[in-house]
Amino acid sequence: MNTGRVSGGWWLRMVVLVLGAVVFLFPFAYMFTASLQKQTTGDLGSVIPLPGSSGTQNYVAVNGAISLGRSLFNSGVFTIGVLLCTLVMGVLAGYGLARMQFRGRGTVFAALLLVQTVPFQLLMLPLYVLVVRDYGLGDSYLGMILPFAINSTAVFLFRQFFLQLPAELFEAARIDGAGELRILWRVALPMVRPALLTGTLIAFIGPWNEFLWPFLVTKEAGMQPLAVALAGFMSNLRGTVENPMGAVMAGACVLAVPAVVLFLLFQRHFTQTNIDSGTKG
Amino acid sequence: MSVPLMSRAGGRDPQRHGPYGPRGRPGDGPRGRGPRGNRQPLGALFVTPYALFLVVVFAVPLGYTVWMSFHRFYFTAPGTDVDAPWVGLSNYRDVFTDPVVLRSFFNIAVFLVINIPLTVVLSLVLASALNSRLPLRSFFRAAYYLPYITASVALVAVWGYLFGTDGLLNHTLGGLAPDPSWLVNSALAMPVVAVFVTWTNLGFFVMLYLAALQGVPRELYEAAGVDGAGRVRTFLTVTVPGVRHATTLVTVLAVIKGSNLFTEPYLLTGGGGPDHASASPVLILYQKGIEQAHPDFAAALGVVLVLVVVSLSLIARRFTERKEV
Repeated sequence: MNTGRVSGGWWLRMVVLVLGAVVFLFPFAYMFTASLQKQTTGDLGSVIPLPGSSGTQNYVAVNGAISLGRSLFNSGVFTIGVLLCTLVMGVLAGYGLARMQFRGRGTVFAALLLVQTVPFQLLMLPLYVLVVRDYGLGDSYLGMILPFAINSTAVFLFRQFFLQLPAELFEAARIDGAGELRILWRVALPMVRPALLTGTLIAFIGPWNEFLWPFLVTKEAGMQPLAVALAGFMSNLRGTVENPMGAVMAGACVLAVPAVVLFLLFQRHFTQTNIDSGTKG
Repeated sequence: MSVPLMSRAGGRDPQRHGPYGPRGRPGDGPRGRGPRGNRQPLGALFVTPYALFLVVVFAVPLGYTVWMSFHRFYFTAPGTDVDAPWVGLSNYRDVFTDPVVLRSFFNIAVFLVINIPLTVVLSLVLASALNSRLPLRSFFRAAYYLPYITASVALVAVWGYLFGTDGLLNHTLGGLAPDPSWLVNSALAMPVVAVFVTWTNLGFFVMLYLAALQGVPRELYEAAGVDGAGRVRTFLTVTVPGVRHATTLVTVLAVIKGSNLFTEPYLLTGGGGPDHASASPVLILYQKGIEQAHPDFAAALGVVLVLVVVSLSLIARRFTERKEV
């Protein structure tokens, strides 16, 4: 930017950025160290864990209270269901909206934009009445997946990427007599890999982190995803273990790790495409 | 979760702008006549699952909630048929005269007054600091983004622990710790929620501003340098106006986020406590509609919130588009 002042500004920048990083990362580090302590307290000494007082007993405790394996399985089914629906039907919809001309396309696209402005939370009540009471899908994976099945942000992202591909590519393939599905699979998909990665990440972290909807739909403990089971543990069951705070932190670590790992693997693609799809178009 | 954005280019019709080039192959008939652009009816088939999905999880619930909001509606056992008499605007009157609902709107105002300036200032400062060649740049970006992609239940757990009565923050503050403690103090509960939400979403806005900063013409900085403007002055006269679209977007997204706040007051402050001091409209919607079984009241509240959010988004969109010209 300001070439004359780079060296003076450099230190200021680094100080600001490092301070920021500490504020962002400290709670994560604290969550992890607290999850390993035998006695989890809030005093200053708790920031640095001592080897002698550490162990995995909090993980054992939280597992005993909410059955981590079962909750992780439920989270997995919920998340993979959403992921598959988004990657199959969402890609088809994005391709159709970007690359094919048919009646009703404008309407569907307008609906896609409108849906993105209305948070799902505002429709939770009628959805709850319909899904749980009318369709009888309470305590089922289908009921959990249904409102999230196709992620609209991902559909929008796929459309934007398909739109950016050169038109000649499609014209040539069509003249060669290739069917649309074949063009999509052989020509278009390999060229939009960053969008697929980002779409995967968006469609993964949405349901994996979601609390409100699965909380409404699942009353049976054996059906609850980890976020719901952990929240239940935090509000009702913490008295059942010896070191409740440590057990909560252990559960929080287990809940956080999959999304964090996936993000770190894909992060370069993710931050760029996610922001671009939001601001440019 | 992932934040919906209004795209400026969103409404653009690709046909008109032409990645397809000139339309009309031989034999297509006169241009501009007949079913405009129904050349690949197969496309309708591709889009059908998504369109059906939108009908089932968006259009039908939206219609249902509007219908419910004008009727007296009860939860009934499956199979039983109970009338739902038309009651006009009475549910809406109940919503606007309910002290808890009014309190929750006030709480959201408090939330926004803290959240918006804090988000704008901090994300702009961090984005400006990131906007040059630096070591560890992708490390910083990832670090700021981390809370945004982590489950709010896990983050709420840590914050509840940090801000708890016997938490690290109070131990650090010693005698300066507030009494009653943060999350059970009616003056501090909502501000803590606002700061928490700022922290979780900041990374997203840093990236948003970073993208916007890259669109500010370099010549403006050079011109400011030639005019002898200092760093602060350059920041205020070049950077801040240069990213105003992003600032509008931040404001709109903060309002939308505020209007659908649920997990944070539900878990962090134990159900919007103390005494509704941190209750949000969606939390009231849940408590009234499902816990206390007044779905008609909750439906009316939901309709009000949808109207607020959609009109705000439309206003913001018009606002950004006009400035574009």
